[in-house]
Amino acid sequence: MSEEPVAVVGIGQTKHVAARHDVSIAGLVREAAVRALEDAGLTWSDIDAVVIGKAPDFFEGVMMPELYLADALGAVGKPMLRVHTAGSVGGSTALVAANLVAARVHRTVLTLAFEKQSESNAMWGLSLPVPFQQPLLAGAGGFFAPHVRAYMRRTGAPDTVGSLVAYKDRRNALKNPYAHIHDADITLEKVQASPMLWDPIRYSETCPSSDGACAMVLTDRDGAARAPHPPAWVHGGAMRSEPTLFAGKDFVSPQAGKDCAADVYRQARITDPRREIDAVEMYVPFSWYEPMWLENLGFAGEGEGWKLTEAGVTELDGDLPVNPSGGVLSTNPIGASGMIRFAEAALQVRGRAGEHQIDGATRAVGHAYGGGAQFFAMWLVGSQPPPG
Amino acid sequence: MRDVAIVAFAQTAHRRRTDELSEVDLLMPVLHEVLGATGLKANEIGFTCSGSADYLAGRAFSFTMALDGVGAHPPISESHVEMDGAWALYEAWVKIMTGEADTALVYSYGKSSPGEVRDVLSRQLDPYYLAPLWPDSVALAALQAQALIDAGDTDETALAEIAARSRADATANPYAQLTGDVPAGDHLVHPLRTGDCPPIGDGAAAVILAAGDTARALCARPAWIRGIDHRIEAHSLGVRDLTDSPSTRLAAQHAGAFERPADTAELHAPFTSQEVVLRKALGLGDDTRVNPSGGALAANPVMAAGLIRLGEAAARIHRGESDRALAHATSGPCLQQNLVAVLEGESAHV
Repeated sequence: MSEEPVAVVGIGQTKHVAARHDVSIAGLVREAAVRALEDAGLTWSDIDAVVIGKAPDFFEGVMMPELYLADALGAVGKPMLRVHTAGSVGGSTALVAANLVAARVHRTVLTLAFEKQSESNAMWGLSLPVPFQQPLLAGAGGFFAPHVRAYMRRTGAPDTVGSLVAYKDRRNALKNPYAHIHDADITLEKVQASPMLWDPIRYSETCPSSDGACAMVLTDRDGAARAPHPPAWVHGGAMRSEPTLFAGKDFVSPQAGKDCAADVYRQARITDPRREIDAVEMYVPFSWYEPMWLENLGFAGEGEGWKLTEAGVTELDGDLPVNPSGGVLSTNPIGASGMIRFAEAALQVRGRAGEHQIDGATRAVGHAYGGGAQFFAMWLVGSQPPPG
Repeated sequence: MRDVAIVAFAQTAHRRRTDELSEVDLLMPVLHEVLGATGLKANEIGFTCSGSADYLAGRAFSFTMALDGVGAHPPISESHVEMDGAWALYEAWVKIMTGEADTALVYSYGKSSPGEVRDVLSRQLDPYYLAPLWPDSVALAALQAQALIDAGDTDETALAEIAARSRADATANPYAQLTGDVPAGDHLVHPLRTGDCPPIGDGAAAVILAAGDTARALCARPAWIRGIDHRIEAHSLGVRDLTDSPSTRLAAQHAGAFERPADTAELHAPFTSQEVVLRKALGLGDDTRVNPSGGALAANPVMAAGLIRLGEAAARIHRGESDRALAHATSGPCLQQNLVAVLEGESAHV
């Protein structure tokens, strides 16, 4: 059976900041949703269903907040689904919404992801003790640092690569008006001189904690024909999961990430991702995950990812720009971070990414991961409808 | 539209406490049971989706460990809703409708025993205006019950009869937590007595969905999903008519429930008074058997109780006891969000 092609016709984000004291959670999500509707030239009554995602409810201290947010998101009388797949949730949420259109269950769907981390304390939210299970190791950085060290040892990457990524992403963020961290005085030396948090991860190589939301309007072929601005078309999308801990798990390059990318490329008929893809928004919460995911997603051979980074290939003016928006390293409302990657990829192929636009981008990837590098979500969007 | 059916269902024996079991321990038997019933292995399933809520476990990311019970290596196509498992089933149904999967494993679980579930559920409420007052779930249901009595839709005697019928029916359900005669009891929160309220319990459930001929190969009498839809209402109780459930009626309409009468309805009504609301919204008459399993008044593992309604309705079709059944699930205070599915056996199709 043939699926309905899915188009992204509206995108909205909030200006991401450390604390939005001026709005409630409902006010925050509504701001992003209204911007997505304006971009799509639609009103609330054009929306058939709402799919919402966020990371754990403990981050704001509200259990199943979609219940309380139904009014703010115009969902009353409509179907509303709440997705939660840890850090990959923003990507998974967009994919669930896309499936509703692809399956022809609904024609036009609003999807939104958010985090308002200032309402609570994310470190506390992740640190509740559980009997008979290992405690989290001083936040996410403590969990991921040993895997970064394993990557360095395995590939012989010089210890300067992580700071190159952070320096690049923070400079890219200066061109993105929605990015949280705007450090106009950033230098490579400042990144390298920042305090060591979880060796080998330095303070300036880590993501911030942000308040923010991201929304998209997805629709079918007829909806795309009516859109006031060029749509982005979904050419492939996939989710893959594996357990957090098991003997033989490769934390440096998890099989679930490789399988997820391979499925997306198969759907999008991509055989040489490095040459055929124009921009990548990948989930890089700690700078070293850029070279690691370049390998995991098939953009570089095993042990070769850091060489692309070092050679400037992933810079804004390189031939495979990675995180032109500034990425998770510059903006991290956790539950929304994955959807921002998906939305920024769509902005690139719509030609609507503003100052951080990659000239002539026709195919772009949005990517997210979550849990103990166990949940993966990814899509590939293009400026033209998928063939067939 | 693709034909999709529930082909297998399993649930735990629901109990007041399961201190000795982790969530994975609770889930493993039901996962093995549904996979065993179909002969499928975890890595042969096209899509997997689960439903649960972190707040019951009292920790973030509680579902990540539950995935261990599936045996998800090689990696699987998988997702999770922070909702009752009925909505995980809905997401899985959508995935099969895209044509990207032919089979799906759906599971959900809830352990209410680690906390005070009445207080925990109050954390679902508007965090700025309502949640700081800590109105608990029984108190909110009591407001709804009083509104029904004031409107002349029911009285305490009629509510007690619903409780007695449910728990009498539950005596035939080996998984039920409360069965047989229960005294109406004292008022817990006026006008609700203990008999009008669900037990607090731990439990899990799993189903397998399959499309077309795959379903026929896996199950002698698949329970075909002829329609499924869900709708949400405003959150604030002050702007809702608590004696009615327009979201249930709308979901039922979109699921095709009103096209022909059903012989069975499994309603997710944790309080007797909510069965009154749902019967009215669904237009159920005396010729529809309501909650032959005993319903949520006999076992109410939060986050699994809705999926169990779908499973119980399907199981009656599997056994040839029903040709057309409605299954309903709810979420949020006073029936805020509702899902309705229409299930049919093959013979009802001709």
